[in-house]
Amino acid sequence: MRSPEDRGLRESATYDRAAIAAIQHAADTGVYDIRGWGAKRPLPHFDDLLFLGSSMSRYPLEGYRERCDTDVVLGDLHEADPIHIDIPVTIAGMSFGALSAQAKEALGRGASAVGTSTTTGDGGMTDEERGHSDKLVYQLLPSRYGMNPDHLRAADALEVVLGQGAKPGGGGMLLGQKITERVAGMRTLPVGIDQRSACRHPDWTGPDDLAIKIHELREITDWQKPVFVKIGASRPYYDVKLAVAAGADVVVLDGMQGGTAATQEVFIEHVGIPILAALPQAVQALQELDMHRKVKLIASGGIRNGADVAKALALGADAVSIGTAALIALGDNDPQYAEEYELLGSAAGYYDDFQDGRDPAGITTQDPRLAARLDPVAAGHRLANYLRVLTLEAQTLARACGKSHLLHLEPEDLVALTVEAAAMSRIPLAGTSWVPGGGRDFG
Amino acid sequence: METLNETLQETITFDLGTEGVRDLNAELHAPTARRYRVKNPLGAHAVAAGVDGDLEILIEGDVGYYCAGMNQDGRITVEGSAGPGVAENMMSGVVRIRGNASQSAGATAHGGLLVIEGNASTRCGISLKGADIVVGGDIGAMGAFMAQAGRIVVCGDAGDGLGDSIFEARVYVRGEVGALGADCIEKDMGPEHRAELKELLTRAGMTEGADDPAYLGRFRRYGSARTLYHFNSDHSGRY
Repeated sequence: MRSPEDRGLRESATYDRAAIAAIQHAADTGVYDIRGWGAKRPLPHFDDLLFLGSSMSRYPLEGYRERCDTDVVLGDLHEADPIHIDIPVTIAGMSFGALSAQAKEALGRGASAVGTSTTTGDGGMTDEERGHSDKLVYQLLPSRYGMNPDHLRAADALEVVLGQGAKPGGGGMLLGQKITERVAGMRTLPVGIDQRSACRHPDWTGPDDLAIKIHELREITDWQKPVFVKIGASRPYYDVKLAVAAGADVVVLDGMQGGTAATQEVFIEHVGIPILAALPQAVQALQELDMHRKVKLIASGGIRNGADVAKALALGADAVSIGTAALIALGDNDPQYAEEYELLGSAAGYYDDFQDGRDPAGITTQDPRLAARLDPVAAGHRLANYLRVLTLEAQTLARACGKSHLLHLEPEDLVALTVEAAAMSRIPLAGTSWVPGGGRDFG
Repeated sequence: METLNETLQETITFDLGTEGVRDLNAELHAPTARRYRVKNPLGAHAVAAGVDGDLEILIEGDVGYYCAGMNQDGRITVEGSAGPGVAENMMSGVVRIRGNASQSAGATAHGGLLVIEGNASTRCGISLKGADIVVGGDIGAMGAFMAQAGRIVVCGDAGDGLGDSIFEARVYVRGEVGALGADCIEKDMGPEHRAELKELLTRAGMTEGADDPAYLGRFRRYGSARTLYHFNSDHSGRY
C-alpha cells in the first residue's frame, strides 16, 4: 500500500502525528503524558557550530603523535580535596530507583575504567554505586530521600541540586511501578505509591540561605568535599552568579535536552533553554566575577559525541556530563530488544517510557527479571568504550585547532552555521564577523 | 578552648565569642571529651552540625541556621532559640531547644528526638522521615508538609496547611488547627495513640502533661487520607 505522502495526502505541520496522538491520549485517559528521555523537538545545538581547524594562520598538532591532554580538576577553589578526572566527561546524576542497581553499578564500572566520576541521584547512595565508582558525587536534592551524613562523608564531592534541564522548577517523580520494597525503604515511602517530590529545598530558600546551607555541608564534612551546585538552564547568567556567591566550587549547568526518568511531556518540551543558549551566559557570568576556570563549569544536556564535548569546552565549559548517552551506551534502545519495544507500543530508537519500569534492556527498571538482563561488567565495558571514543574524538578536533589540552579550546576556534546558533552561542556566523543580538553583553 | 573538670567527666568549654564554629565542629567530629559547653553562640550557623557520637553538648545562648544539623547520637541542648533548620536531617540522638525554633525545624529528620519547648515557625517537620518532634507551644503554617514517617506532637496550636501532602507521619495537636493541607485528615485517637502520645511527651520531659489524662485527652490526631498516593486526574483540583 502506498504511503499517505505517495497518495498526495498532506500532514499538518501544526497537528502532526505526534500532536494528534497526544490529543487522543489525553482524551482517552484524562491524564497528561509522563515519560523519560529529554526534549525531542528540534533545537539549536552544537551541530550548528563548526570548528575552523588550522591552516596557515594556526598551527595544528600531529593527530597521533603530539600530546593533547584531557585531565580536569574539579573543586580546587575552597581548599577541599578536589576531584581529579582523567577525561572531561562525567556521568550525570541518575537515581537508583529510576535505574536498576545493575545499571548504577555499570555506570560506576565504566566511569572508573576511564578515570571519571559518577553521580548519585534522587534516592540516596547504594553500596553497588559507591563500591564501583572510584569518584562519586553525592547529590543533595529537595526530597532528601536517603540523605545520610555517613554518605556525605563517604562521597568525593557534594552536589546541591536546584534543578535539572528537563524540568527547571520541577521536582522528582517516580511512579509506583518502580517503588519496590528496596526503593521505598531507601526513600521512606510506602511501596507502590506514585512519588512526586518537592521542587524546593525544605530548609532553605534563596541564594543567601544557600550560602549558609553550603557552609553547613562543609562543616559536616570538615571542609574536605568540593561542593557542586546543579542548575537547570533557564536564567543561567543570574543563577550562576548566585551559585558562585553562595560558595559553589563547581556549577553544573543542564540544558533542556538533558534527560529525565519521569517528567510530564509538557514540562520536558516547553520549559528551559538549550545548552547552546545557556552556556555562553554562564561563562559570561563567571568571567564578570573573575571566576572563569576557577569555579568550574560542567555543561550537560544533549552531549552525544566528541564534537559536542569539544564545542562545549570551546565555549567555556571545563567538563561535560552525560546521562542519556551513557544509558544508550549501556544498552538502552538496543535493537536486540526491538520486538519487546514493539510490544510496549514503542520501538528501538524511540523508547522513552523510563517511568514505566518495563525497560527490556534492564536499565530503567526495578523488575528483577528485567534488571538481571543487564550485565554490569559488560555494560560498564561498553560505557568505557564510549567514553574513550568521546575523548578521542574531542582530542582529534582539539589537535586540528592546535591545542595541546582540551581546555585550550576557545570560542575563536568556532563559527556558527545558523543565525539562531550565532545569536545564542555568541559565535560569529560562518563567513562573517556577525554575532546577532549584541554578543557578549547579556548582563 | 579551656578544659574544666566538672562532675565525673571532663567537660570542654568553647567560647564562640573568641573561637570559631570550625574549631568547635572539628573538635566535636574528633572528640577528646564526652561533654561540651558552648558559650556565646551569638546566633552562629551550623553550631554542632555533623556530630557523630554520644556527646552531651550544652549551648548557652541563641543559635543561627542548622544547629545540630544531621546529628547522629549527640544529646544537644540549646539554652536559647534556634534559627532555621535546627536538627535538619537528624539521624539519631536528642536535640532540645529551650526557647523557640525558626522555620523548617527538624526538616527531613530520619531519627532521634527534637524537643522545642517554645514555639516553632513554619514548615516544622517538613519531609520528616522518621524522627519525633515535640513542640511545647505552637507551630506555624505548613507543619508536617510532605512528612513521610515519624511523629510530631504540638502542645499548642498549629497553623494553616497542616500535613499538606503528608504520607505516613502521625501528627498530634492539642490546640486549635488552621485549615488542613491537601490529603490531611483528622483521625481517631485510639488507646495505642494515647499511649504513643504519652510516651513521646514523657521522652520530651513534659511529664506533667504526660501524666494528666485530661491534658492528653485534648489532643487530636492527624494523618494522611492516602487519596493522593496515586495519580488520579479527578484529584487535580486538590493539589
